[in-house]
Amino acid sequence: MAETLVIIGVALAKIVVVFAALQVTIMYLVLAERRISAFIQDRLGPNRVGWEGLLQPIADGLKFLFKEDIIPSRADKVIFVIAPAMIVLPALMTFAVIPFGGVLTFGGIKIDLQVASIDIGLLYVLAMASISVYGIIFGSWASANKYALMGGLRSCAQMISYEIPLGLSVMGVLMMTGTLKLEQVVEAQSTYVWGVIPRWNIIFQPLAFLLFLTSAMAENNRLPFDLPEAEQELVAGYHTEYSSVKFAMFFMAEYAAMITSSALVVILFLGGWLVPGLEALGLPQIVKELVQMGAFVLKVSFFLFLYIWVRWTFPRFRYDQLMRLCWKVLLPLALANIFVTGIVMAM
Amino acid sequence: MLSDYIPILVMFVFVFGFAAFSLIITHIFGPRRAGREKLEPYESGMPPLGETHRRTSVKYYLFAMFFIIFDVEVIFLYPWAVIFKKYVADTPLILMEMFTFLIVLIVGLVYVWRKGGLEWE
Repeated sequence: MAETLVIIGVALAKIVVVFAALQVTIMYLVLAERRISAFIQDRLGPNRVGWEGLLQPIADGLKFLFKEDIIPSRADKVIFVIAPAMIVLPALMTFAVIPFGGVLTFGGIKIDLQVASIDIGLLYVLAMASISVYGIIFGSWASANKYALMGGLRSCAQMISYEIPLGLSVMGVLMMTGTLKLEQVVEAQSTYVWGVIPRWNIIFQPLAFLLFLTSAMAENNRLPFDLPEAEQELVAGYHTEYSSVKFAMFFMAEYAAMITSSALVVILFLGGWLVPGLEALGLPQIVKELVQMGAFVLKVSFFLFLYIWVRWTFPRFRYDQLMRLCWKVLLPLALANIFVTGIVMAM
Repeated sequence: MLSDYIPILVMFVFVFGFAAFSLIITHIFGPRRAGREKLEPYESGMPPLGETHRRTSVKYYLFAMFFIIFDVEVIFLYPWAVIFKKYVADTPLILMEMFTFLIVLIVGLVYVWRKGGLEWE
């Protein structure tokens, strides 16, 4: 009993820290997206609230809070209210199993930099990602707006379709590492090929890396796969009728999912928090661990930047092109990748 | 170990609390100025046209069926992929077994493809 209480206490402490970090990251990711988008389009972007717009996210948050919470008269009220919670819940829950560093040794105490270390880590992440489809379909159906419903249906079909290449592309990594625990996947990448090149999975699974990245972008409904919320056709897609904090929750879920999938790409293919050649420097334990944590944040930030960069680089797909890409290109390639990996490993 | 999952449960309670709190707080703080037009479905300022829950393309249903078939396949692959590295050296048969399974499904994919089930007009 006492042991269980200790586990709950430690978990709660970690959750509070992770949750706060995640919220701050989401807030500043929104600002970063607005500033970078502005930069790419040769505008300035929000730069008035605080120094270079650094207080903009707080102003936005307050504004969301004091906006009217509209529930349309034709909407299915209960489902309409539940839907934002249904989408935020899996998006934030996923982060429980993401390791954002190895261990932190602090005065003789070892702290795992992860909320929950479970045997089925990766499977849990993918399962949670699937659940977020419900939030979208609930919200779009309950809104009683035909554009919202169209966006929701598109999103649903797109997300379930791209889940298949997403699930199949990680298979190559699983075959090579033999574990679903995310921290063990990272540890398996800590050795070197010929003593110099880090054994990161991207070197052995370049195709899987590209497939995973593409599918993850489609899973998160980001451009060039943002048909569910194509502004020119569907107003804003499945969250058209939502206002105030409920709208903010849809937004939060989208950005949380972006952070999670960037973290997953880094963990599965780019050696997580590992820095090549760091052991050789002989740094003190705590410095080494902090550097690794910093490296993880840096790698994840790169993929977050890539998300924004891609948004202003590629035009949106047409829906038939989107489905063709998934079923006729990504799915066969992902299957081929499994065959090739299997044959090479058996030889 | 089942106790590994306690943090997940704690996380669920925490996030659930956060979501409920957000939903309640927006209800309390926001102003309330209802109007008939405001509560209509938003169609870019036009009066809403036609039915809301319109008939949808059967394609969505079809793709949902494909999803179930192929996603179950993915789930069957996970246990195999995890033990693959451990057993492949001793029993190369493990490879042939899964390839047989995959080929059966690929035949299915080719059939759907040839039938035009993957076309989205």
